[in-house]
Amino acid sequence: MSCCAPGAESGTEAGFLSPDELRHAARSLGNGIAQIELSVPAVHCGACIHSVEQGLSRLEGVVSARVNLSTRRVSVRFREDAPPPLTETLTALGYPPHLFDEAAVDKDRSLSELLRGVAVSGFAAGNIMLLSVSVWSGADGATRDLFHWVSALIALPVLAFAGGIFYRSAWQALRHGRMNMDVPIAIGVTLAYAMSLYETTQHGDHAYFDAVASLLFFLLIGRTLDHVMRDKARSAVQGLARLAPRGAIMVAPDGGREYRQLGEIEPGNRLLIAAGERIPVDARVDGGTSDLDTSLVNGESRPQHVSPGSVVRAGTLNLTGPLTLEAIARADDSFLAEMMRMMEAAEGGRTRYRRIADRAAALYAPVVHLAAFATFLGWMAVDGDWHKAVTIGIAVLIITCPCALGLAVPIVQVVAARRLFERGVMVRDGSAMERLTEIDTIVFDKTGTLTLGRPRLVNIASVAPDMLAVAAALGAHSRHPLSQAIARSASGQAAFHNFDAVTEIPGFGMEGKAGPSVWRLGRAGWALGQDKDPSVSSQSGTLLTRDGRECARFEFEDVLRPGAARAIQALQRSGKSVHMLSGDTEAACDDVAKTLGIRQYAAALLPSEKVARIADMAKDGHKALMVGDGLNDAPALSAAHVSMAPATAADIGRNAADFVFLREGLEAVPLAIDVSERAGKLIRQNIGLAIVYNIIAIPIAILGHVTPLVAAIAMSCSSLLVIGNALRLLRAGEGISVARPAAAPAMGHYSEGGAR
Amino acid sequence: MSVLVYLIPAALLFGLASLAAFLWALKSGQYEDLDGAGERILIDSERLAASGNGDPKHS
Repeated sequence: MSCCAPGAESGTEAGFLSPDELRHAARSLGNGIAQIELSVPAVHCGACIHSVEQGLSRLEGVVSARVNLSTRRVSVRFREDAPPPLTETLTALGYPPHLFDEAAVDKDRSLSELLRGVAVSGFAAGNIMLLSVSVWSGADGATRDLFHWVSALIALPVLAFAGGIFYRSAWQALRHGRMNMDVPIAIGVTLAYAMSLYETTQHGDHAYFDAVASLLFFLLIGRTLDHVMRDKARSAVQGLARLAPRGAIMVAPDGGREYRQLGEIEPGNRLLIAAGERIPVDARVDGGTSDLDTSLVNGESRPQHVSPGSVVRAGTLNLTGPLTLEAIARADDSFLAEMMRMMEAAEGGRTRYRRIADRAAALYAPVVHLAAFATFLGWMAVDGDWHKAVTIGIAVLIITCPCALGLAVPIVQVVAARRLFERGVMVRDGSAMERLTEIDTIVFDKTGTLTLGRPRLVNIASVAPDMLAVAAALGAHSRHPLSQAIARSASGQAAFHNFDAVTEIPGFGMEGKAGPSVWRLGRAGWALGQDKDPSVSSQSGTLLTRDGRECARFEFEDVLRPGAARAIQALQRSGKSVHMLSGDTEAACDDVAKTLGIRQYAAALLPSEKVARIADMAKDGHKALMVGDGLNDAPALSAAHVSMAPATAADIGRNAADFVFLREGLEAVPLAIDVSERAGKLIRQNIGLAIVYNIIAIPIAILGHVTPLVAAIAMSCSSLLVIGNALRLLRAGEGISVARPAAAPAMGHYSEGGAR
Repeated sequence: MSVLVYLIPAALLFGLASLAAFLWALKSGQYEDLDGAGERILIDSERLAASGNGDPKHS
């Protein structure tokens, strides 16, 4: 265990990877060596690196282990014939590992292409500038021509390497009949190079090779930063991927057991699901009773009791007892896949949204190109020297090259994303921040979003302490959330009670034998010794009984997310309307809505109804931010104008969200809106600065006073100005505190429906 | 001005050498874990050697 062992929350639900899954996920390197990449989100410092690498290297069969701290991954090479117990070892060390998709492992090609471009153009910009300074300080004749030729030679690979990135993007845009920032950049750079080359062959005075190289250098820096930011957010999101079921143990008709991949499970197959595993496909319970945590699937906060005959949905978590299931759908037809299809159908604001920079470019490019063309025509009319007219026309293009625009927007967004990242909010891309500034409505899911989906015992005061200790001793043996809540709340008191035997009766509760007496903690009807069938039980609630006599009754509430009330108030104060859409019961929603002061809410909604509500809002001209975590929220997340999810959300929900917040507090929502709005303001300022710069620079260029020296100075100044302006954001957003309050308020009753 | 015949190629050569060094570092994966590189200097070298690898390519 390292000094900085991670908190308990990361380990509780991971489950173990079976050797089968491990072998499926690893890829063979030849020579009998296989390599596997595991995500270990808990790794976060040098000591963690050391203990993980040491711990794994000591295992039999491990060839090497290397931690990547930036991506929170460890890659392990091991001998294929002897798969080492990687998961068990890492979990024991305090770093529970997760698998992630093979596709994500692929090295990011475009980042290294961008970095190569930055390197090549940086080298060229430096060297060409060296030669250009000599020219500007008076080199002439053969020396100047030589310097120009050398510059032309150095600038050529820049156009090929670095320019290629812009050419491709410009071509993509033009081919689809759109305009983006890269079109004027590509045209300007190409014409500048061609004109300079012509000048060089004619022994001319002015060549703009330095402008070409430094322009591409600056623009690529902006683009690389943008890419790194998105990459970081993406890999952090992937690192969180909870272990979704990739397969299950199947019972063959002859009684044999084998591991089946998710895609190979057919309806009619019989599956064994142990307690603590997620259900892989929609299925009917064949044998066994248990409780299922369905909160991610339908938003219900209360565990659901299942017995033979019940239909269970893919993605729910089996809490207490082993189940034998009969699959009733293939993975592709299961609930999860249905949600995915609804998400695709619901693709909302983000596909129609056009980035500010692209909208600016659509206006900007024609104006600039027309200005350059008019300059050319004007000079032709004035003195008829076509060489001079072309030179000045191209100088106009160079001086107006949208360096400031190309740099201004990404730099502001990178700085904003960094600010949010420090406060535990990850941003998928810059357009998300732009869209977030437009919203006027905020829609929250309840379970897992406004609340933590974690019950808390509320009537400790009215339970006798010795009874609480007995209940806690029993509850500590179970995974059931209510049992664990009891065990947690009694953690201060010594669990003195010694039972001779404790057994979990899945779906009903815990039973402990101490001498002659039998203690039961769980479903009221069962604990009192009435009928075992919960549906005929007249009593509801969670009881502790001794030989069938009631000793204590427990009541639970769902814990509100810290800061929820303040966040909602802040949002309402800023004039946005706040709604709550939940799949949970009316009673549970009413409690939460009252406590938080949410006036508009709807309960017991199906996933499709959530989407419909959001579509209705869009039809009325509202732009909505959806904050949700469950599988049932995923279609609504992608239907909304912009979306946000907590890090604990279901995988597909988190992947659909534009923002993911890592900390518990709900202040992340107003914080993200605040930072995005400041960023939006700075972007508009920067675009304003670029316009002012052009208003000053264009007349000078049209009059023919722009030499390469003037162009270099003007462009550097405007770039520095917008970068400096963007950096002001580093001081923004310090007013909102995301500190966790000492005590979390609680809401939402658990016990009414008869769960134990 | 004949000194330029040496100086320009020399300047370019230095630039190219550093460019090549950067591209090599990029390709060999040294830019893949910038956070980790900063932390690793705090690990005792003997203990790191004991963990059996210092190969930056392997990531």
